[in-house]
This record gives sequence, structure tokens and C-alpha cells, in this order.
Amino acid sequence: MTLILALVLVPFLAGLILLGLRAEWLRRGVVVMMVAGVCAGCIALACQPAPVILGELPVSRHGVNLGMTAIEALMGLYILWVGVRSRHFLIVALMLAQGAVMVWFESLAGADAGGGCGLFVDKFAIVMALINGLVGGAICLYALGYMREYHTEAHREIPDRRPMFFALLFIFMGAMFGLVFTDDLPWLFFFWEITTLCSFLLIGYTQTAEARRNALRALVMNLAGGVTFALAIVWFYRDTHSLGLQTLIHSGHAVALLPAALLCFAGVTKAAQCPFSSWLLGAMVAPTPVSALLHSSTMVKAGVYLILRLAPVITGTTVGNMVASVGGVTFLIGSLAAITAPEAKRVLAWSTVANLGLVVLCGGIGTSQAVWAGVMLIIFHAVAKCLLFLCVGVVEHKLHSRNIEDMSGLVLYMPRVAVMMLIGMAGMSLAPFGMLISKWAVLRAVVDACPLLSVFIVFGSAPTLFFWVKWMGKLVEVVRPQHRVVKEISLDESVALYSLSLVTFLACLFFPFLSSQFVEPYVAGVYGHSGSLGQGNILIMMIMMLVVMLFPLSFLNRGRGVTLVAPYLGGANIQGSPGFTGSGGAVETVTLHNYYMGSMLNEIWLSRAAVAGGSVLLAVMIVLAVL
Amino acid sequence: MNFWLRLIIYLVAAPLAGGLLAGWDRRVSARMQSRRGPPILQPFYDVLKLWQKQNLAVCPSQNYYVLFFLLLVVFTGALFFTGSDLLLVIFALTTASIFFVLGAYKASSPYSFVGAERELIQIMAYEPMVLLTAIGMYMATKTFYIDGIAGHGGLLVLALPGVFLGFVFMLEIKFRKSPFDLSSSHHAHQELVRGITTEFSGRTLAMIEVAHWYESVFLLGWVWLFFASSPVFGVVMALVVYGFVVLVDNVFARLKWQTALASAWLVTVVLGFGNIIVLSLQR
Repeated sequence: MTLILALVLVPFLAGLILLGLRAEWLRRGVVVMMVAGVCAGCIALACQPAPVILGELPVSRHGVNLGMTAIEALMGLYILWVGVRSRHFLIVALMLAQGAVMVWFESLAGADAGGGCGLFVDKFAIVMALINGLVGGAICLYALGYMREYHTEAHREIPDRRPMFFALLFIFMGAMFGLVFTDDLPWLFFFWEITTLCSFLLIGYTQTAEARRNALRALVMNLAGGVTFALAIVWFYRDTHSLGLQTLIHSGHAVALLPAALLCFAGVTKAAQCPFSSWLLGAMVAPTPVSALLHSSTMVKAGVYLILRLAPVITGTTVGNMVASVGGVTFLIGSLAAITAPEAKRVLAWSTVANLGLVVLCGGIGTSQAVWAGVMLIIFHAVAKCLLFLCVGVVEHKLHSRNIEDMSGLVLYMPRVAVMMLIGMAGMSLAPFGMLISKWAVLRAVVDACPLLSVFIVFGSAPTLFFWVKWMGKLVEVVRPQHRVVKEISLDESVALYSLSLVTFLACLFFPFLSSQFVEPYVAGVYGHSGSLGQGNILIMMIMMLVVMLFPLSFLNRGRGVTLVAPYLGGANIQGSPGFTGSGGAVETVTLHNYYMGSMLNEIWLSRAAVAGGSVLLAVMIVLAVL
Repeated sequence: MNFWLRLIIYLVAAPLAGGLLAGWDRRVSARMQSRRGPPILQPFYDVLKLWQKQNLAVCPSQNYYVLFFLLLVVFTGALFFTGSDLLLVIFALTTASIFFVLGAYKASSPYSFVGAERELIQIMAYEPMVLLTAIGMYMATKTFYIDGIAGHGGLLVLALPGVFLGFVFMLEIKFRKSPFDLSSSHHAHQELVRGITTEFSGRTLAMIEVAHWYESVFLLGWVWLFFASSPVFGVVMALVVYGFVVLVDNVFARLKWQTALASAWLVTVVLGFGNIIVLSLQR
């Protein structure tokens, strides 16, 4: 109990302290200490048997409710002010609607504080907490070095508001802990709104026109989700006079389906699924640690967490099928759109959208196998994607570009970062590693439950491979001799990057352990039986993984017994430079460019298709749930 | 049959059969073009000769990618012929191809670079159909295990006619035969030079050849699976399909990659997915 409360409250406290610290060394000390503490706490929690038995709260629930309501009201007023100031009246309208629903709820519920302690910790919550603590902690460490460089070298024109930045990172983390541990819907809503507000402030950190616009867009979309969340609470309370998430999950289709559909809608907005994916792409304007935080450990993971939690309610229903279709469409469109993007962060963003689509697909299908696959996807995606974002951040500072074309030959001049990026990408796309294991499980689950949805997966996974491998190719190819960058990464950054690479590696290597210790017990607890891959298959996977992991060893023998020659260029090669003399006697230089399929695919067109398809599916879902 | 016995038979017999098929391919193609053609054993002579050549490379590490490509292709076939999970086989095959593509990227010549890009496009073109084939077989037989699929009673092709045709279309791409020889042409005088294999020579090129043999046998084994309930007829049909692929290779000119990709996906949706829809309606 104490541990849980500490995990939720300490990051908030740290955030408040950091808000007041201007001295860099002090901030550094606090951040390092807090990250160490949070990581230790998470690991201690992971060692406990789950579901953890919780005692009573040290304060009365009524008091907690009052405090939360007060803070919520303040946040609401702030958002209203933002809406009015930026003349964005949709924000005002959504916020007022949300406020009205909450007032309605208060009038219904009055002083009913709900029973129990309001917290709930099972294996799934622990997995989410581990991701949040370890990955989020790594991001905070990384941000120390990154933000220093950001303000002193890369972007001097942007006002230095680092105290607020770090405060928000920790508050975000605390809200995420709260979100995964709480069982009480109004509390969940409270933390949900904190993440909305934090993401708004973090996306708008640079205060450029673009950042403001994108931050407002993120706010609007998440507020829309907030409204349906609030409606779900009211609806559920009116029918059953209870507020527990677990009660909701176990109360059967008749009562729970509409609230679940509304909550799934909220989850879809937060997870940046189809009609709402533009906010996550717009969030790229923020400094890299923010992108990493939004994409891997918090925010979008909150959305998919909620949907996976609700999977037992919506499985086999039309609502479930609609949620799954939203995920499927998002996966397909996200993967195709990622091909067209030459900018590294945009590729990562589309890939996040696509992968979350896959998780939502799992949640919508909601069988035990699908949920197993969904949780595994969350784990692998969080570590690998975070690693990739942080690497791109480092490269961006050194190259002053995030274009993939400029990363040609990175493996020579920033070998460490390039290798870590390759680890991340292999984790995201290559066969025996994490993501592919999960994708395989997803495919099996889908074929069993609803074979027609498999069309999204088969057509979505092929483009995934294309855009990852062409990026990997760009990193390994070497056209012209390069000088190594002297100092690749600062200390904080390297601690974060190395530990994340290690975690990615270990997660892939020990995935059977992860599965049997965390994911399978959760799935078995919910469904009574577990979904996993067969023992024989896991063994084959491990053999294959070992084969692939032998690959780096072959480099020990590098260049032995090989005679090096110049590449064939279709003309007379010029010594020492990547050029040749062509048939007309003119000197040509060699440049290599990836395909972006501009003639076949268009990002704008794809986004429109996403908005149209997603809106229709969600509308159908809500209508069907109401009927 | 014993697991180890099957494995050993596969490891020894597959390259022999694959090499003979390649020799037969060259001979038949030559006859179609009114040439005499090389002896059937020519591919083996070629590989032996390549093995003795000097080891030339543009990048010191490029050959390791090809070594792992070969290892993983052999691994894929081993999974297939020991009756493992079909989806696992597909993922192993994809990983193998990725190593090959990365090797070509590493070689960093414009021709191998374009070859690598186009090979990726080819993978993207055929992968949906391969996955749908596995799904179709699962829906017809209720198992992903190759032993289970082979042991299924009826002729699978009757339940999966669309999937079968789509699969044959996909084989054309997978074998890098015309009209889909986008990433690597057989003849060095074309605009691609030799595409993805341009910068590989000597032993490495020999490894690519051997990998190709293993791959051919594995893919024809998959064709056989459609007819597994009458094994001899299956072998005949696998050879017929191979002959058909060779015929198409000689009849068609190369397509642009856009056309290749679009047509492959169209075929996958119409034939492959159409078949899946019919199957799921029958359930």
C-alpha cells in the first residue's frame, strides 16, 4: 500500500520541487535521485505477488474525492482560459460539456464515495508501472543532457523553461502511475485529465506558432475523449450505483457495454487512433524527450491500457468488432504513411500510430490470445520505440537534421548511436525479436476470432518491413569516407541509451519469462485460461534468436581474407571519391536516395482516408452501443 | 519419420534438387529461345568455380550478411520440412531476405542499392499473399503445423483455388522471374546491371546461388502442400508450377515496380482474400 501510494505521490512531489529549482546541478541531483527511487520502487513492486492485497487508504476517500474535484475544477478553468485566449471555441465547448457532465455526476453521486480503497494492482498494472517507471525514468535522465544541449547549442532562440519542463515530466509520470493503479472511475478520469493537460503543455513547450497550434489540436481531441469518459462514468453510475473499473468489467454486456464503448472512444482518442491520429503527429514539434514520453511510456499507452482492460467486456460484440476495425484501419494506414515520410521522427510517429492500432485491434477482439499479444506488444513497443526516439534526438543534435537521407553512413561516424538504433529497429521489425513475436500472436488470435480482419494485418505488416529496412539500409551504407564525431553522447544520455538498449535486448531474450511471470497470469486471471504460443514454437524462436544474435560476432573476423575493390559505377571510378567519369567525359558524383513511393502513396490523402474511415467506424460503434 | 532423419535428408537433398531444377530451368529456357543450352549440371559447375575465385568486396563486412542470409534460408527450409508452424516459417524467410537486402545496402554501390530497394518492394508485394496462404490453409485444416496440413484429408487446392492461384502469382515474384525480375536480372547488360547481387562475387555469390536452391525447393514444397493428400500428384503439380513459372519468365517483359506492386496486391485481394471470405462464410 505504502509503495503504491509512494509511486503515485512521489513523482508529483518531485514535480513540484523541480518547478522551483533553477540551478542546474540541483535539478540534476533531484532528477537522478527520483529516477533511481522510482525505478527501485517499480522493481520492488514487480517482485510482489499479484494481485497485491491492499489495505485501507490512510485518509478518507471522501477527502480524496474532494481534493481531486477541486484540482479538476482548477484544471478545467485553466483549459477554459486557454480556449478563450486562443479563440478556440471548440475547446471551450468541450470543456463546458465535460464540466456539465461532471456536475450532473456530482448531483447524482453526492457524497457517495464508493467502497474499498479505490486502488487495484494486478500483473497488468505492474507491467504498465514497470514500463512507466523504467522507460519514463530513462527519458527523464536523457532529458537532462538533451535539454541542456537544446537550450545552449541547438535552439538558443527558445526561452529556457526547463524547471517547468522537468516538473511536467514527473507529474506526467505520477499521473500515469495513478492511472494504472486506480480502480475508481472518477479517479481514473482525474489522472486521465492530468495527462491531457500535461501533454498540452509539453507539446506547446517551445511556444512557436506551430507548437501552439499542434498543442491546441492535441487538447481538443483529448478533451473530446474526456467528454465521453465523463459520460461513461455517469451512465455506469446511474445504472449500477457503483464506480469500480473491476465492477464494470465483471458486470456483463447488458449494463457495461455502453460505458465500455464510451471508454473505448476515450481510449481511441488518447491512443491517437484513426480519426484522431493527427494530434500525435503534430506532437513531434516538441523536444525529443516529450515525443519519447508521449509515444512509449505514457499518454498513448494510457489509451491502449484502458482498451485492453475493457477487452473482456467488448469481446465478441459488435462494439468490439468496431474497435478492432478502427485498430486495423489505423495499422494499415499508419504503416503505409510511414513509407512516405523522409523525416525520422515522422516515421517513428506513424509507426507508433500503426503499432497502437495493432494493440487496439487486440483489445477489440478481446480473446485471451489477443490480450496476451496486446500486452506483449505494449511492452516491446515501449522499450524499442523509446530507444529509437532518443537515438534520433541525439543524431538530430549532431547532424542538425532529422532527415533519414542525411543519416547515410551513420554507422561509421556515430557508431554507438547507429548500433543502438539498429537494435531498436531490429526489435521493432526483425523476425525472432519482440514485435514480430507479438505480431505473430496477433495474427493467430485474429484468424481464430475474426478471419476477415486479418486483411488489415497482412497488408499492414508488409509496408512496416519496407520502411524499417530502408532506414536500416541507410544507416549501414557507406558512400563516402566519414569522420567520426568526437563526442557522440553526454553522460546522462548515454546512461539512458545504454540501459534502454540493454532492456530491449533482455526483453527479447527473456520474453518467455516475461510472458510466464507477468502476462500469462494476468490473462489467466481474467479469462480462466491463458493464451500464449506453444512451447515448441518458443523453443524454435529462441534458436533463431541465437542465430541472429551471432551476427554481430561475425564482425570480429571483419575484412579478413577479402580484397577490397571500388564499387561498380558504370563508368571509370575516380580514386578516393564516390564519383566516376561518365561516357561523355563528365565527372558525376554518386548519390543514393531511398524510395518514398510518392507516385503511389500520398500522406495527405492517407490521412484523409484515416479520418473518414475512423469516424465512420466510431460513429457506428457508438450508435450500436446505444441501441 | 524421425525428426533428425528428415532434417538430414532435407539438408543434403534440397540443394541437389534445387541445383538440378536450376539447370533444368536454364536448359528449358534455352530451348524456348532456340538455343542448345548448358548441361543440366551447369549450376553445380558454376558454384564450384565461384567457390575457387578471389574474394572481392566493396565493404569489408558485406559478405557476412549473405552468410546469414544463407543460414536463415536453410533454417527456414528446415522448419518447413520438419513440419513446424507455417507462420514461423514465413517470418524466418522474411528475416533471411532482410539480411540479403541489408548486405546489398552495405555494398553501397548504386546498382546494388537500387536492387536492394526493389527487393524490398518485391517483399512488400508478395508478403501479404504468403501470409494469406498460411491463413487460408489454417482455415481449411484448423492447424498452422505443416505436418497437420499435410495430413489433412482432402485436396487443399479444392478448398483454396483462389489462394493457390495467388500463390503461384507470388512465386513469380519470389523467384525473381520476369515480369517481376525487378531487383536482380539474370543478365548483366541490363539497366540494373545485376541489381542486388552486383557487388557480390566469388564465394559469396556461390552462397547466394545455394541459398536460391534451398529456397526453390522449399517454395515448391509449399506448392506440394496444396496437393498433399495425393503425394505423387503433388510432386507432379509442383514441377508443373515450376515449368509454368519458367514459361512466364520467357514470355513476359519486365514490369515497372509500380505495376508489379499494384498487380500483386490486387491479385492478393481478389483471389487470396476473396477465397478467405468464401471460407469464412462457409464456417
